[in-house]
Amino acid sequence: MIQLENVQKAFGNNRVLRGMTLEIKSGTSMVIIGGSGTGKSVALKCILGLIQPDSGKILVDGKDASTGDRDAFLAKFGMLFQGGALFDSLPVWQNVAFRLLRGSLKRPQAEAREIAIEKLRRVGLKAEVADLFPAELSGGMQKRVGLARAIAADPEIIFFDEPTTGLDPIMAGVINELIREIVVEMGATAMTITHDMTSVRAIADNIAMLHDGVIQWTGPVSKMDDSGDPYLDQFINGRAEGPIEAVR
Amino acid sequence: MNPLTLLAQLGRMVLVTLAEVGRASIFAWSAITHIFRPPYYPRELAISLLQIGWLSLPVVGMTAIFTGGALALQIYSGGARFDAEAVVPQIVAIGIVRELGPVLVGLMIAARVTSSIAAEIATMKVTEQIDALVTLSTNPMQYLVAPRVLAALITVPLLVGIGDIIGIAGGYTVSVQSLGFNSATYLKNTVDFLEPLDIISSLVKGTVFGGISAVMGCYFGMNSGRGAQGVGRATKGSVEAAAVLILAANFLLTGVFFSV
Repeated sequence: MIQLENVQKAFGNNRVLRGMTLEIKSGTSMVIIGGSGTGKSVALKCILGLIQPDSGKILVDGKDASTGDRDAFLAKFGMLFQGGALFDSLPVWQNVAFRLLRGSLKRPQAEAREIAIEKLRRVGLKAEVADLFPAELSGGMQKRVGLARAIAADPEIIFFDEPTTGLDPIMAGVINELIREIVVEMGATAMTITHDMTSVRAIADNIAMLHDGVIQWTGPVSKMDDSGDPYLDQFINGRAEGPIEAVR
Repeated sequence: MNPLTLLAQLGRMVLVTLAEVGRASIFAWSAITHIFRPPYYPRELAISLLQIGWLSLPVVGMTAIFTGGALALQIYSGGARFDAEAVVPQIVAIGIVRELGPVLVGLMIAARVTSSIAAEIATMKVTEQIDALVTLSTNPMQYLVAPRVLAALITVPLLVGIGDIIGIAGGYTVSVQSLGFNSATYLKNTVDFLEPLDIISSLVKGTVFGGISAVMGCYFGMNSGRGAQGVGRATKGSVEAAAVLILAANFLLTGVFFSV
């Protein structure tokens, strides 16, 4: 379970998170929605420790995320980055098996390669892709490789940062399906950041809307359309008129 | 303009510069200490040794040979004004080994290696590859910075040594082929005149300049701003800082080794 309690983070005078409180139960898929620049990625990076929050508490499985063995903590996570964030200098299979080639999860190279190829197959890529370099792949393939890397070490928690941004609708649908299947199959806790409402409906068990640095509304995806919350209504229906200023 | 405003601006500039120097110094210390901390990444080190050392050889060799040749011509024509043409071997040797070899190799490394390290790491930063490393339980200081700094500390003094030899060879070739020096006498004068301290100072300078080049590349890369502009600024800043620091360090080291 992931808990954020009154998390605050400012960059200079820009108060991005102003007391974000949220709970993500184990084995569920939470999607965080909200306008650009509302702090969704900052929240995610705070959980991972890539950014230190100014105040508030972040607990993962009841333990404070800022203390304890960092390697063991990060070993629980897999993350799909918005742009893939694949390492240009490494072939695809080494990107996927990165964690399995070094550190506490290190395996023999042949075994790591086998696992990488299996994960590539799981995301719909052929074994031949394994020896290509990221620059030789299309955007959709890079996302899939990123997804394969995120699940390579069978993490308990997977983060997806804008998983469908920049993809055509069909490829976005494929990625959404894959995410849903993988999360269900692995029983992992998932947290996704997206603007894409198709993604939200395909991936989420629960959603949370972040606005003005706080969670404006949270609940099951089934109740999203009848929430009665004017902010959520405006956002999910993509209306220019409403409490959220269109020009920010 | 109000003199107080000018003073305040000057003060701010000094504070910003000092803060930057402080941050860079802490980074340099951290980079060096990470060399000794496990886990080690031999593959990254091997790639860096190849990139920084082996692949810099052509540019270092070309720089050294032309500089050595030009130096011989200059000393010969300058020395002719007071009948001191015969000192060409000695002055070429001392000029190359003590000063021009390490400085020019250092500057070439700053141009070739520092810029490349800064651009590569800065691009990794703006494309979230550094964040990805962290989420994959890999410390970027150990994976990216330490191998590059260690490789530069190992290879740049070697490049300086090779540059010194090639530079002297350049002077020798010009002197023997064009200026009428006897080959054996030229070599004897060169070898007899050089002292161990000259060579030691050259190699120490190479080590320091290598460290400066790699650390500046990594520092500016890791602290790059966003987008293409951020990468461009990081690259430019790294080369400027490395070049200035190499020249300043050269002055200080020359003082340490040779002040009378």
